[in-house]
Amino acid sequence: MGLMEKLFGRDWGIHPDDHKRPAADAVTRTMPVPERLFVSLSQHLGAPARPVVLVGQKVRKGERLADPQGAVSAAIHAPTSGTITAIGEIPAPHPSGLPVLAITLEADGLDAWADLEGLNDPFLLPPAEISKKVAEAGVVGLGGATFPAALKLSLSEKAKVTTLVMNGGECEPYLSCDDRLMRDSAAAIVDGIGLMLHATGATQALVGIEDNKPEAIAAMQQAAAAQPHIRICPVPARYPMGSEKQLVQELTGHEIPADGRPGDVGVVVHNVGTAWAVHQAIRFGRPLVARLITVNGGCVAQPGNIMVPLGTLVEEVLAFAGGLNSAPARLVMGGPMMGMSLPQARVPVVKGSSGILALSAAEVAERTEEPCIRCATCVGACPMGLLPLDMARHIQANDLKGAVKTGLKDCIACGCCAYVCPAHIPLVQYFSHAKGELSAQEREKLRQESNRKLAQSRAQRLEREAREKAEAAARRKAERAAQAAATPESQAPSNLPAPQGATA
Amino acid sequence: MIAAILSLTILGAALGLILGIAGRFLAVESNPFVDEVEALLPGTNCGQCGFPGCSGAAAAIAAGSAPASCCPPGGKTTAVAIAEKMGLALDLAAVADTGPKLATIAEDLCIGCCRCIKNCPTDAILGAPKQIHNVLKEACTGCSACIDHCPTEALVMQPVPITLQHWVMPKPLAA
Repeated sequence: MGLMEKLFGRDWGIHPDDHKRPAADAVTRTMPVPERLFVSLSQHLGAPARPVVLVGQKVRKGERLADPQGAVSAAIHAPTSGTITAIGEIPAPHPSGLPVLAITLEADGLDAWADLEGLNDPFLLPPAEISKKVAEAGVVGLGGATFPAALKLSLSEKAKVTTLVMNGGECEPYLSCDDRLMRDSAAAIVDGIGLMLHATGATQALVGIEDNKPEAIAAMQQAAAAQPHIRICPVPARYPMGSEKQLVQELTGHEIPADGRPGDVGVVVHNVGTAWAVHQAIRFGRPLVARLITVNGGCVAQPGNIMVPLGTLVEEVLAFAGGLNSAPARLVMGGPMMGMSLPQARVPVVKGSSGILALSAAEVAERTEEPCIRCATCVGACPMGLLPLDMARHIQANDLKGAVKTGLKDCIACGCCAYVCPAHIPLVQYFSHAKGELSAQEREKLRQESNRKLAQSRAQRLEREAREKAEAAARRKAERAAQAAATPESQAPSNLPAPQGATA
Repeated sequence: MIAAILSLTILGAALGLILGIAGRFLAVESNPFVDEVEALLPGTNCGQCGFPGCSGAAAAIAAGSAPASCCPPGGKTTAVAIAEKMGLALDLAAVADTGPKLATIAEDLCIGCCRCIKNCPTDAILGAPKQIHNVLKEACTGCSACIDHCPTEALVMQPVPITLQHWVMPKPLAA
């Protein structure tokens, strides 16, 4: 094993059955706009967007519905033309089933675009202009993390990155939307990559595509043939190859430091879907209002990839895809490894939805948990080189500090550990829980600090008010004395003795 | 006259010097724990612990006469932090932490008397005489100091609603 590791590197990650075909080979379909769309205001990482439309207002496709607010946020646009009928809470596409603010848009059936204009020669403009236009289009990372793309572009321009890594890994089983997009619109993606290179100031682009997508690799190679600074790099298929840290290490050989960012090794990572959205935004001025979604899983009658307007309900997408063969044991948004289990199907599609999976009972395979035998299979599978079994023990004992010391903050929540565990221990669920707990504690600490500041400022206010009162009283007394001196006899205060008990 | 001034000056200087030296050498060392524990407490001096303000509670905790979990608005987080600082074992089950709470005002009951405003340690209540008051959620620490001062029971403590931003994945049930 030692020699093998030296020769071939550590055998991290897992090789699950990918279930990508036949969905990946089915022709892409475009879903017609449904009667009503529910456009969530929290479709991106960061603060929710602030609505700028009113109920009853008519909008055209691509018009802005909500402005970004705060440092990290993204604009949201109308996915079709129609009338705003409500702005209120709807169930969020989230495992908690908690509500989220959303704009309800009743489609008028015309699907008429607003007057949009692309940039004629974007390469003559300064990089900041490209980022601005991308921000106006509300583009976010389409790989799943939904980080506002414009922010990443401008930050990497400031950080002087040299390499743009394009993530076409799509290592999650079942998903094939990036694969399909690369096959269908390779030229648009390559153009988007060129624009992103210009916006970031990077000199080369490395497009990492897993070698289980030969058609996508061929299409991309053909599209990028004329541009030597855009290199298509097939990478071995293995989960989680599409994780930022793993892909950067595979393509550039640089390891991103713990709690560091790709910028620390001169790299910025974007998804190939984001490049397509950037192409649309810059060349045609079209905001991100629809995305390609993989509909897959054992219960789906006709699995495939569908271009869906954002805000369409999951149940409508499933119906359009051909309906379900049987009731799914689990409904998942995203991939089966890192996606979110949905408690119900009446939730809208958002910018980060890469797939909708209706998994059958056989695929879900609920298994009973058994005690850990410390076999360390999870240690071998962990792509970050952590000790999942020890971290989970700490978290079981509510020892979050111990878990952090064992490397909890480096965990990318890929789920390899839980996948390989022969005792079926929900390891990654422990880590997700602990990360949530940690951020809750962090928030609590910030709250306590602000409380202390508030209490101090109140004390200062009371002091100031008392002082001002005393000063005002002294002033009035002086004024009265002056008055008394001016008119000694007529208006002098009477010299009666002070009433008993009213001592100064 | 001069003799009196001179003698008093000398006396004053000598006594001052002695006091100064005594203060340096016979100083009563304040417990550094008290300051450190006080830094962990919310600092709003709401008085729910029964001690005169947060410094009083910190002194009692440091002296061992109050448990680490004596601060109701601080909740579990504060209790754990203090227990760690003091090196105490903490029985978390004893901490009555029902989660963070916020004061809310029932607008149909509020008569605009301003009594709650005067008692809020963080100036989190907004209002004017004979105007309906409101609680600024961001500034309310959930200390419930205002509750008893409301003559119409319009003030109620309510749990902070869980939102998508605050949701934490539940811990898996141990097998």
